Amino acid sequence: MGFRPVADPLLSLAGVHTHIAQYHILQGVDLAVPRGELTMLLGRNGAGKTTALRTILGLWRASAGSVRFEGADITKAETPDIANLGIAYVPESMGIFAGLTVRENLLLAARGGPPREQQLESIFRFFPPMKQFWDLPAGNLSGGQKQMLAISRAIVEPRKLVLIDEPTKGLAPAIINNLIEAFRELKKTDTTILMVEQNFHAARSLGDSVAVMDAGRIVHTGSMAALAADSALQQRLLGLSMEAHQ
Amino acid sequence: MIATLLSGDKPRSRLLTAMLVAIFVGLALAPFLFPGTRPLDVAAKVCVFILLVASYDLLLGYTGIVSFAHTMFFGIGGYGVGIALSRMEPGWGAIALGAAIAVVLSLVLSFLIGLFSLRVKAIFFAMITLAVASFFAILASQLSNVTGGEDGITFKVPEMLRPAYRLLEEPFLGVTVGGRFITYYLVFLGSLILFLALLRVVNSPFGRVLLAIRENDFRAEALGFRTVIYRTIANCLGALVATLAGVLYALWLRYTGPNTTLDFAIMIDILLMVVIGGMGTMYGAVIGAAIFVVAQNYLQEAMKAFSGWTKGIPLLPDLFHPDRWLLWLGVLFVLSVYYFPHGIVGQLRARAKK
Amino acid sequence: MRERIDWIPPALIAAIALGALVLIGNPSTWVTLTIAGLAMGLLIFIMSSGLTLVFGLMDVMNFAHGLFITVGAYMAVSVMKLLSASAGSESFLVNLGALLPAMLAAIVVAALLGFFFERVIIKPVYGQHLKQILITTGGLIVAEQLIHVFWGPDMLPLQRPSALRGSFLVGDMAIEKFRLSAVAIGLAVFVAMILILNRTKIGLLIRAGVENKEMVEAMGYRIRRLFVGVFVAGSALAGLGGALWGMYQEQVTVHIGANMMVLIFIVIIIGGLGSVGGCFAGALLVGLVANYIGYLSPKIALGSNILLMVIVLLWRPQGLYPVSRQ
Repeated sequence: MGFRPVADPLLSLAGVHTHIAQYHILQGVDLAVPRGELTMLLGRNGAGKTTALRTILGLWRASAGSVRFEGADITKAETPDIANLGIAYVPESMGIFAGLTVRENLLLAARGGPPREQQLESIFRFFPPMKQFWDLPAGNLSGGQKQMLAISRAIVEPRKLVLIDEPTKGLAPAIINNLIEAFRELKKTDTTILMVEQNFHAARSLGDSVAVMDAGRIVHTGSMAALAADSALQQRLLGLSMEAHQ
Repeated sequence: MIATLLSGDKPRSRLLTAMLVAIFVGLALAPFLFPGTRPLDVAAKVCVFILLVASYDLLLGYTGIVSFAHTMFFGIGGYGVGIALSRMEPGWGAIALGAAIAVVLSLVLSFLIGLFSLRVKAIFFAMITLAVASFFAILASQLSNVTGGEDGITFKVPEMLRPAYRLLEEPFLGVTVGGRFITYYLVFLGSLILFLALLRVVNSPFGRVLLAIRENDFRAEALGFRTVIYRTIANCLGALVATLAGVLYALWLRYTGPNTTLDFAIMIDILLMVVIGGMGTMYGAVIGAAIFVVAQNYLQEAMKAFSGWTKGIPLLPDLFHPDRWLLWLGVLFVLSVYYFPHGIVGQLRARAKK
Repeated sequence: MRERIDWIPPALIAAIALGALVLIGNPSTWVTLTIAGLAMGLLIFIMSSGLTLVFGLMDVMNFAHGLFITVGAYMAVSVMKLLSASAGSESFLVNLGALLPAMLAAIVVAALLGFFFERVIIKPVYGQHLKQILITTGGLIVAEQLIHVFWGPDMLPLQRPSALRGSFLVGDMAIEKFRLSAVAIGLAVFVAMILILNRTKIGLLIRAGVENKEMVEAMGYRIRRLFVGVFVAGSALAGLGGALWGMYQEQVTVHIGANMMVLIFIVIIIGGLGSVGGCFAGALLVGLVANYIGYLSPKIALGSNILLMVIVLLWRPQGLYPVSRQ
């Protein structure tokens, strides 16, 4: 277990507590997300990973502590304002609008104006169903296709930070590989990504840095490579070996 | 001993206790304290409405359900007894049969409504109860052969309850002990017993679970309580008491009809009484009903006077016109929901704590 | 791949209309009833479309919605009385000089009232459904009483403009002129709403917001700003509906709005809470069924709409066109 200091983080949480009704979920989260990298947020179920993402975005208000983005304090900011700083969010439930067409979903997501040609080209390349279902209601898409749409929305225009919650959940391995390829491509840009994942194959393939949560706190930060190489550490932190889950 | 009678639910405020005692004494000795037909009428109505509103408080204040169908059960009680007494020999057997059928019908309907209430959101449920209640009101006015339609049913009551009947030949303490007297005490005792029974229910373990469900039904489910069952039972109990209140009221009026039981205005009145009196307190029903019914009958005269004084000033006479008393109650109601969620009773208790 | 539009409900409506033709027998009676049903249905649509969107988007159920209808109707009474010269003229164009101001007054006053209502009464209780139901019911009581204060007696007559009184005679069929106008206005409102919802950015935001408010916010849109606008638009529509409904009934009472509430609830429940298309289909169903059954079997006419609701819910518990909501 260790903590690796980060110089000039894009996003930093300091001593963040979040209460939902009478439940104390985040109990002092300290997290620094390095620029331009993909940071994996790992942890057992119920550790508070989703709550952390939602708190960053202001969907749930932190009861104590501070959240800073590019140096500015966004702890008490409203969700739309936070999103407009260049932060995109792909929730666990995907959040796609079933009654709207694929085109309309992407149109909404492109805050800065209609999506650029090259961007759409790139989306269609990775996710052909987006082109197929362009003018059809998103509700017609399969689970995997909906996830593709959710991710397409996040990348339809350049973002500074993308928060992604369990993108591979419930998907077939073929689609998961498809997503991994798309994320690899996304990493080539200077977008910072904070991703919650339970699928360790995906985590290992994509993560540059890793932060592990347990019981509402960050208990380890460091490089993914280092964690991947240390089975004993994996066992201690996550209760199982990352190798075992492909 | 009083504490046991009240099932441990003490008023917890001296002012409140005083008010409750005053109301109790006033109702208990009404024939003696307030001679005349009108005051006794008002007293009987207060008794019935205390019961009706208390049964609604069980739903709204303790279980957190807003239903617009409560008057339907009130009406079922009234019509049950009314139809029985007009079709059969007007005796105690008819009353028993009519009441029994009404109770069964109410239990079945409330059971179905209770089952339904769990699957849907509160707002949806409220809308549906509105539709059900208006359907029932339509039925009552359309099936005029059975229900007397818009005119309702006037019926004879058992001999002992008839105004002409005399239990004692000579007046007792200045009051004629006859049919009206007996009927009044029947209504008073019936309301008293049922009200104390409701107090018992809300102060029992069952009642505490209801409160837990109202606060946070997810938590209650997690703790192992099947909210379905509790809500349904609460629904049925509320409906049951409302039905019996309807029975009592019909016996007092010797009449039952859409405008005394099913009118939506009555549903609004109940809402006003329970919120202004204090939701989730039971005593709120007592205070609310007493204030409301008395005001309904006597405040209008005060307002008429005030309206007369302000003649000539624009708008004021109209605002204080006796028919507009509902306006002020409405304002009080809205203020109560925002600022005094536990109504008068809550305010008195809060003050007592200091 | 599923089709884009679900054609079953419209087919159902057509089937009911045809079935009624068979049961009624006489084609000219059927035409009269159908037009009456369409007119009534479209007026109900105007009155209820705002409410279903408000509920879908804001999760607010305004039990006092009937208030805007009543106010609209009363405004129409006042304006038509003021401009009775224009209203009395035989020329339709001159009539418009009274009808349009009446409709406009109804829309504007209802909109203002809606703004006041949303900011003062509803905003403090967003998300608290119990309080919302209580507060809006209370607001309704107070407002109805205030209407008595300002407008006086219980029932006021509301005459249709002269040129719209009476009927066209086609063969042996009498087609009421006002009903046709109501149908025309209703269809215009529907088309306008569909265009706005489907062709504009705001419409897009509303449709998305009805499904998942939170996600729309997470995409950077201050959707709460839309709330007031949608509420006001809904109130304005209710006001317009009230003015037209008052003319349809040719009289206006304090309870005109509250009396519609049960029907409106039935329509939006049948249609699917949050769906404008559903509201349209539901309203047509309700209007037609009420008129057909009113002719075929008057006794059960009043209760028929509630029975209709039960039947539709048994078939599609979420309504004819459910909106997928998070």
